[in-house]
Amino acid sequence: MTDSTTGPEQTSEVTLHVNGVTRTAVAPARRLLCDFLRHDLRLTGTHVGCEHGVCGACTVLVDGAPVRSCLMFAVTAQDHEITTVEGLAPGAGQMSPVQQAFTECHGLQCGFCTPGFLTTITAYLQENPDPTQAEARTSISGNLCRCTGYQNIVRSVLRAAEITKEREAT
Amino acid sequence: MTTKMFGAPVQRREDPRLLTGEGRYLDDLGHDALAAAFVRSPHAHARILDIDVADALDVEGLVAIYTHEDLDGKVADRLPLLIPHPTLTNPMTGYCLAPEMVNHVGEPVVMVVATDRYIAEDVCERIRVHYEQLPVVVGLERARAADDLVHAEAPGNVAAHMVQEVGDAGAAIAAAPHTLALSLEIERSASMPMEGKGVLARWDGDEESLRLYSSTQTTTGVRAAVAAKLGLPLARVEVVAPDVGGGFGVKIMHPWPEEVLVPWAARRLNAHVKWVEDRREHFISSAHERGQLQEVEVGFDDEGRVLGLSVRFWHDNGAYTPYGIIVPIITSTQLLGPYKPGAYRCEFSSLFTNTVMVTPYRGAGRPQGVFAMERTMDAIADHLGLDRADVRSVNFIRPEEMPYDHGLLFQDGRPLTYDSGDFPATLDKLKKLVGWDDFAAYRIEAESQGRRVGLGIGCYVEGTGVGPYEGGHIQVETSGRVNVSTGLTSQGQGHQTVFAQIVAEELGVRLSDVHVTTGDTRRFGYSVGTFASRAAVMSGNAVALAARNVREKALRIAGEALEADPGDLEIVDGVVHVKGAPDVSIALSTIAVLSNPLRYAFDESAQIATQFSGNADLSKPPVAEDEEPGLEGKDFYSPPRATFANGMHAAIVETDPETAEITILRYCVIHDCGRVINPVIVEGQVHGGVAQGVGGALYERMVYDDAGQLLNASFMDFLMPYASEVPFIETDHLETPSPLNPLGIKGAGEAGCIPVSAVIASAIEDAEGFPITSMPISPHELWELRHRHAEGLIPALHHGSRAAAPPVPSA
Repeated sequence: MTDSTTGPEQTSEVTLHVNGVTRTAVAPARRLLCDFLRHDLRLTGTHVGCEHGVCGACTVLVDGAPVRSCLMFAVTAQDHEITTVEGLAPGAGQMSPVQQAFTECHGLQCGFCTPGFLTTITAYLQENPDPTQAEARTSISGNLCRCTGYQNIVRSVLRAAEITKEREAT
Repeated sequence: MTTKMFGAPVQRREDPRLLTGEGRYLDDLGHDALAAAFVRSPHAHARILDIDVADALDVEGLVAIYTHEDLDGKVADRLPLLIPHPTLTNPMTGYCLAPEMVNHVGEPVVMVVATDRYIAEDVCERIRVHYEQLPVVVGLERARAADDLVHAEAPGNVAAHMVQEVGDAGAAIAAAPHTLALSLEIERSASMPMEGKGVLARWDGDEESLRLYSSTQTTTGVRAAVAAKLGLPLARVEVVAPDVGGGFGVKIMHPWPEEVLVPWAARRLNAHVKWVEDRREHFISSAHERGQLQEVEVGFDDEGRVLGLSVRFWHDNGAYTPYGIIVPIITSTQLLGPYKPGAYRCEFSSLFTNTVMVTPYRGAGRPQGVFAMERTMDAIADHLGLDRADVRSVNFIRPEEMPYDHGLLFQDGRPLTYDSGDFPATLDKLKKLVGWDDFAAYRIEAESQGRRVGLGIGCYVEGTGVGPYEGGHIQVETSGRVNVSTGLTSQGQGHQTVFAQIVAEELGVRLSDVHVTTGDTRRFGYSVGTFASRAAVMSGNAVALAARNVREKALRIAGEALEADPGDLEIVDGVVHVKGAPDVSIALSTIAVLSNPLRYAFDESAQIATQFSGNADLSKPPVAEDEEPGLEGKDFYSPPRATFANGMHAAIVETDPETAEITILRYCVIHDCGRVINPVIVEGQVHGGVAQGVGGALYERMVYDDAGQLLNASFMDFLMPYASEVPFIETDHLETPSPLNPLGIKGAGEAGCIPVSAVIASAIEDAEGFPITSMPISPHELWELRHRHAEGLIPALHHGSRAAAPPVPSA
């Protein structure tokens, strides 16, 4: 082992704009963004499924784009806009179109992978507000779910597009 | 009338919380707890010579390092054998921390506790363990050869050897007009929930009590095991399953070493301690399933009717057998599916290997059994040149033969007796759904386009809802809120919704007033757990019976208050009415007040229940004899035996003539789980099961090298299906009620995954024209099989390649 330091780890202040709120906490340089969000900021809605960037459960939006928060250091996210599952709903007691669609279509079972799907789909529908069934399936094919077989998640993507339009119309 | 709730596709009660980040999974708790991490064996079979912690001791933030030498009392002993069996003659369980020998990669050797997980892992990296490596046994063939032993105590590497026989199968096969023999193989996979295991122990030094949170499928099991290991009275241990991110079987196994060590360390340190499994740990130190070698001999008549069936199989149980031999017992019994086998003999050996142990994964031995039986049915059809569905049909147990006793003992030690099912009707529905009779024309059309397609089928029967029992408790608060608790746990099955549906319907209350708690020993202490597709059957019936008790009590009290015969009363939306006179009514919330005679009023409604309210009949005691205060009730459901669900699947696959890529074009499911509580949730269970089945059929395997290293212990290399790999699943249902339980329900949780390997093998075989005998199958393997077939090493199907032209692989 080359690193023989055993004293206290060097830490620094990390400031992120999370769900519209500026949040600061002290963390070591190696702190993963997912751990920082979960344990330092106590936003535990973001889940960690594999810690190697494959499952997508930890996906958050960084400046609006989906990012695997287990593959990013908290310090790297300094001053960026982060959206987690806690920040998707328009207000307390409300749901975003994607969240609403998931409950209507039974798009979740255990719910552990769900935050990563919700953030991924939220960003996708910004890019493509009117997906076909095949596009909906492709849009979620970077995230693992062990419960649902994905069929109701595909339906949820399509339904979320509808709900978005319904809400825009009113 | 209260809206009909049983059978309604209501949206889940748990969703708003889980969708907004308000779920609370294990690692969402205990932010300030100390963190545990483990040094695990890097070798599959070795003797520990020395553990050197010198370099680790001065890491800032280190709290404690424990090896086996530090363990005391029963924590130092072997972990329990949960399910003994007379044929499990050489059971073997591991230790919380290995004392001398390690028997698979991933076995825990040293426990580290530190102020956070990063630091705990730093410490682990600085601990040096010296080993003497020993010969390694990997794979069933090497286990069977027994040139080396996993455990010196288990000669031949045999943990268990079991034979069950009905009739004289050998004689029946010998006398049969036709016979066939098949050699089959099915590889390992694993439950692989998205959330791994995890434990948080809160030791309260003042009370000398423990609250343990575990991502488990059984809190009562963990509670009993941990209390026994730690020498604590049961009354000082409470176990809670928070939201659990999937289980699929692996979390019914308990106590895991970490479930004992984390509370043990918490007590020793007088602190809160947490351990959360990472993905690699889950691969190498939890449990796998499926791996079997099978040899089938079958004798049958000209119509394909099975006269005698003899199956021998070898089951890889890994390094330890804490969960007994439940998996191979299920294989050996559920293999029979919807068929009458004539005489049947099944012999299996459960063998040790230096690999992660095997405990149930969704399906629990059934996918293997169904694979053996359905491959056999296809082979019979091919041998005789008969339609594969017809061969199945002549072997079906007919509806009028129910209940049907196979004369065998099932996994619960009780007779293997099917309670109900209409297999011919299920097959008819499946043939219509998939277009069975039109497939030949479809194939010709596909072939004209240079495409190769095949149709596969698989049938299964699944024993669900095994005992011994579950219970339910219901309490109506004076606010009208209905609290329901049951001891078994939830991992995404929607229990908070379906049990609420049952109670809403039985009690006559609004769904929104019903609040269900599962898996919390503080709320309900008697339970077995969630496995074997048993939750809806067991706890569903238990909460229904409890609700009936509460209803009866409510009507009794209401009858007195309204001066009406309880028989003339009904409960609608939480209000008791005289039938036909809706104005004469009393709310359940008021009945809850009246049911509890009070000295002290805590709010306005409670004033009517106090002793000076003037409502009391002074000639009687405030609480009548045989009555208890409170509008609440409890009951248990204990079934005489399992209830048997069934289903049949068909798939159309396309295999690329050049690349051997395998694509599922259509996947059709007919499913019969008795009366359905919530069709949306049942359908979701089927979808998820099929997806896991597809994973097991085409992608997932545990790749061990000869040294016992699991080479694909990550999501990069263990190929769990994404949305791009799972086909659209077409479903239809039958509802053949179970006569065994009050609600007529059967389990649905595991069904989807059970026949998938059999179905896909059947379809690929149909496309290719030569037998498929080993699953999972990759394009590469199919490509190799084509070559071997072209070289004459694999015979063509008898009655042809169902494909018009034999496949010729390009070089």
